[in-house]
Amino acid sequence: MKEKIIEKILMILAFSAIGILFLITIYIFKEGLPIIIKVGIKDFLFNAKWAPTKGHFGILSMIISSLAVTLGAMILGVPLSLACAITLAEFAPPRLMIILKPTIELLAGIPSVVYGFLGVLILVPFIRDYFGGPGLSLLAASIILAIMILPTITSISIDALQAVPLLYKEGALAMGATHWQAIRLVLLPAARSGVVTAIILGMARAIGETMAVIMVAGNALRIPTSLLNPVRTLTSNIALEMGYSAGDHRTALFATGIILFIFIMGLNILANTIMRKK
Amino acid sequence: MNRLNPIIWQQFVKVQLWTLTSLTVSILVFIIFYILFNGLPQISWEFLLTNPTDMGRGGGILSAIVSTLYLIFISLFFAIPLGIGAAIYLTEYTQEGRLTKIIRFGVECLAGIPSIILGLFGFALFVMSFGWGWSLISGGMTMSIMLLPTIIRTSEESFKAVPYEYREVSFSLGLGKWSTITRVVLPSALPGVVTGIVLSIARCIEETAVVIFTAGSSLRFPNSIFESGRTMAVHFYILAREGISMPKAYGTAAILILSILIINISAYLIMRYFMKRYS
Repeated sequence: MKEKIIEKILMILAFSAIGILFLITIYIFKEGLPIIIKVGIKDFLFNAKWAPTKGHFGILSMIISSLAVTLGAMILGVPLSLACAITLAEFAPPRLMIILKPTIELLAGIPSVVYGFLGVLILVPFIRDYFGGPGLSLLAASIILAIMILPTITSISIDALQAVPLLYKEGALAMGATHWQAIRLVLLPAARSGVVTAIILGMARAIGETMAVIMVAGNALRIPTSLLNPVRTLTSNIALEMGYSAGDHRTALFATGIILFIFIMGLNILANTIMRKK
Repeated sequence: MNRLNPIIWQQFVKVQLWTLTSLTVSILVFIIFYILFNGLPQISWEFLLTNPTDMGRGGGILSAIVSTLYLIFISLFFAIPLGIGAAIYLTEYTQEGRLTKIIRFGVECLAGIPSIILGLFGFALFVMSFGWGWSLISGGMTMSIMLLPTIIRTSEESFKAVPYEYREVSFSLGLGKWSTITRVVLPSALPGVVTGIVLSIARCIEETAVVIFTAGSSLRFPNSIFESGRTMAVHFYILAREGISMPKAYGTAAILILSILIINISAYLIMRYFMKRYS
């Protein structure tokens, strides 16, 4: 009897994650949907004019900025992360690997505000002096995000590479391939689904990051035309204006959250299906 | 296609890969040393044990430390039973199947939700609907949602690592399922579970977006969990962003980095101890 009750309680606890996820979805939609219905989904998504106190609720420039910053972070971050993953999984002696893996994972533990702070202090002046523009820019945000997503991509890719049966590699080496040829032609293709999942999860992290981006991106409300333009992403828009917003303005910020939520959920589900398929 | 000797090519690639890896590690080392170099001179007992004055220009960070501790305790108070309970159910009570797939999917999605969305949710639910206002309890409850996936995953891994024979021996001695879990499985898996909890503490310390939205940023010393409080990360963000005081910002950042370092190293040591025991 007691065992049955315990099992029931544990089952409820196990479903809490799903329950909370459900609750989050409901709340974000409940709070944000009214404004999307009011201005129309087309105007909300494809209008670049955001002046919530004057009744303009277009988030196009922020969507483009978010995507641009994320793309930049991927271009810089993915090669770097994969290089780290391959080095650690294949070339580093086991002793060094034991030290290096937690060291790289430590990058994930550094508070995002610290990244933002150092970005403002070091990266922004550097960009301003050597590339021009205000320094606070799309480029600065991309570089900071590239570093921030590195541990996510590296750590999952290492696991994926190590999950490939040793026989594959041994087979390739026995055929006379060099170690690098074995990695490029056998190991990486075999670990592909894991590596792709890692990249997608890194992408989700980049698009959802807020505090560091606010500090280095410049937050100007317009569609960026150059890497050196200051930009405002979906996340920074929410965080910057939440403090003083009210009424329709606040609803519009929740609506911005809905769009972000849909992006992230899409990426999560994609990562999940790729991982499943294996 | 130029046919380069594969062995020379491999050397070339290896050099590149090592260069990129060293670059990554040096970025990390640079961040840590830069903050500690500039911040450690600011730290003193006085800095740790006095309340901030004049918006943070003077005094120390005592109230921020206390707010951070409150936040850690509240979020763990909710996340630990929920997370461990869910992990026990997943490993001990069900077979891999449809049900566990749905639950795991939920956990994965929850882990992927960015802090700004959680902040919005916590604001809408706890701050507004429940009428708790900006308070440490609202912040702690929202943070517990953020910690839940980590605790479920790490606990699950450590329960799975406990050899099945342990359970069989316990059953054969006449212990029930629940007694087996609490007396045999849980104690054996404890180091792994603790690692997850320790890493959760680090997330409470470093989080900013969620906390600003739900716990607010009042600098006053929090006397109860129903008051607003400013954690160290939020304090650092406001000091740095509004240019209130660079020395105090560096000091706070150094404390943040030191705590994260200590936490990560201890989590690593606990995990190593755990792995040694079972291999």
